Amino acid sequence: MTKTAVGASPDAGPSGPVPPDEAGLPSATRLGGRWLLAGAAAVAVVALVGVSSGPIGVAPGRVVLELLDRLPFLDFDSGLSAVEIAIVWDLRAPRVVLGLLVGALLAGSGAAYQGVFRNPLADPYLLGIAAGAGLGATLAIVTGLGDGVGFVDAVPLAAFAGALVAVAAAGTLNARRGRTGSPTTLILAGVAVAALLTAIQTYIQQRHQESLRQVYAWILGRLSTSGWDEVLLLVPYAVVCMAVLVAAVGALDVLAVGDEEATSLGLKPRRTRLVVLAAASLGAAAAVAVSGLIGFVGLIIPHGVRMVAGVTHRRVVPLSMLFGGAFLALTDVAARTIQAPAELPIGVITAVIGAPFFLLILRRQEIS
Amino acid sequence: MTVGLDVRWDEVTVTAAGRPIVERVDLFVAGGSWLSLIGPNGAGKTTLVRALAGTVAYHGTITIDGRDTATGSVRGRAKRLAVVSQHPIIPPGLAVFDYVLLGRTPHQGLRFSASVDDRRRVYAVLQRLDLDSFADRRVESLSGGERQRVVLARALAQDTPVLVLDEPTAFLDVGHQLEVLELIADLRDERSLTVITTMHDLSVAGQFADEVAVMAAGRLVATGRPAEVLTPALIGQHWGVITTVDADEYGAVTVTVQRRRESRMEHIRIAEE
Repeated sequence: MTKTAVGASPDAGPSGPVPPDEAGLPSATRLGGRWLLAGAAAVAVVALVGVSSGPIGVAPGRVVLELLDRLPFLDFDSGLSAVEIAIVWDLRAPRVVLGLLVGALLAGSGAAYQGVFRNPLADPYLLGIAAGAGLGATLAIVTGLGDGVGFVDAVPLAAFAGALVAVAAAGTLNARRGRTGSPTTLILAGVAVAALLTAIQTYIQQRHQESLRQVYAWILGRLSTSGWDEVLLLVPYAVVCMAVLVAAVGALDVLAVGDEEATSLGLKPRRTRLVVLAAASLGAAAAVAVSGLIGFVGLIIPHGVRMVAGVTHRRVVPLSMLFGGAFLALTDVAARTIQAPAELPIGVITAVIGAPFFLLILRRQEIS
Repeated sequence: MTVGLDVRWDEVTVTAAGRPIVERVDLFVAGGSWLSLIGPNGAGKTTLVRALAGTVAYHGTITIDGRDTATGSVRGRAKRLAVVSQHPIIPPGLAVFDYVLLGRTPHQGLRFSASVDDRRRVYAVLQRLDLDSFADRRVESLSGGERQRVVLARALAQDTPVLVLDEPTAFLDVGHQLEVLELIADLRDERSLTVITTMHDLSVAGQFADEVAVMAAGRLVATGRPAEVLTPALIGQHWGVITTVDADEYGAVTVTVQRRRESRMEHIRIAEE
């Protein structure tokens, strides 16, 4: 390979002749087909496990045949009874899909928050976003906005508004005088915002005891009572959030060098941060609104991905979505089988796995 | 080939909390030349280059090649001006090649995907700076001198006619300081760059720049060729130290600082005599 002087053939451009040594160029870190395939495989396997397992066992192979049969121009006999088909299609499948979407949104938005704040410990709960969403949802329920026909629309919107208020408050407290504060002050700001919003929520809850059951039903999680309606409700939010976050991975990688250097590289850091935060908050709020409070997914999944696939957001964001979805759907299988027929709250299991992992990250940070 | 462009500060004032940090500075850097901004700590050197980079609000006008930097797009400025900051933030875990590729950002689309041309240019820069064998290494695993070259490589990959370096040698030992400055001098010749550096080390500042501009308390107090400006009297007045100054046949100036034996005011008086 010959040594090229700096600036040689600068006018060749992308349309110029491809040099013979092109194969010798190092490659930029990209998502890569292998990682994408691994993530998709995890989602597929978990989905199959999810629809097959439960009090009434269904052979995964038959589920595959049943799904193929539903595709146009394909005709397979899965051998499943009508009851089994109803269990798989109307009870388990929506729950699995909801788990995949909620997990993807929580993990994807967690990865985005960490990138935007350049803080490895940022997650929707630490920044008070879940508390904000909780307050918003509670307000919608007690004011009657959540009653009747409007129920499916108003609660997620109110949760979204609450989440935005929370992240704006935490971000403003942290970023004073145009500087991004330290990881510690950001977490403290988030803790303070969450405490305040939770206090307000508790107060409102106490003043409206008649709504207590409805509020608790929302907080404790709706993954267990879901049908296709909840899934369809979540889809538009999920599509917008994921599309924006996946489109922003390159900008997040630039933002990683800090606002000042990102500006000198031609990026507008504040605008980028605003767009990413809005999309991530939309996704997190929508997830929390339909599923209740599920912790630590936004933290453990992105960190796990970084450990195996590297730190570039081109990998961390999409892979967090895939593995986050798979993780939560699998956790849900555990939640409904460990004490079957009783169900454990899914948030309990994610926290039991997540809290020790969180401490491990803290230790690693202190060491490095 | 990039060609250095003129840079001009016109009546530039930067205030913070009501107090001026930079006050009515007029400064001109001819295209393709090297200007070193020197001055004691807190003189406003970094603030002056941050105004040029658009990362601090200012009054007055700053132009590159006659065009006001405040009116164009952020991306447009990034195509004309690359900045090596004093404390670059290195994302932990990032590979050298990915880091240097960030320099191509202003030339990329909205998704910032690297083209073959981007990779070819980055690899050429890495080869030029003898960093090609480090392409896969993590930036934070490199030594201080290597890391400084990697940050410089990112700025060069940006392919701009103007290069700004804020204290490029601040944390390097004498050998690596010279190595980096000699590299910048060579690159300046190869690419006809306009180079603007801030320096606090007097001993090397006068050996590399075509012109030096001395700042003190936010004001420009002297501008000119190193041999004209860097006199024991001026240095004594603003730094409060006694120096001997040697100029060689190329016009490069070496400043040697001496230990103070008398009181500070005393040797300022001596220096002025």
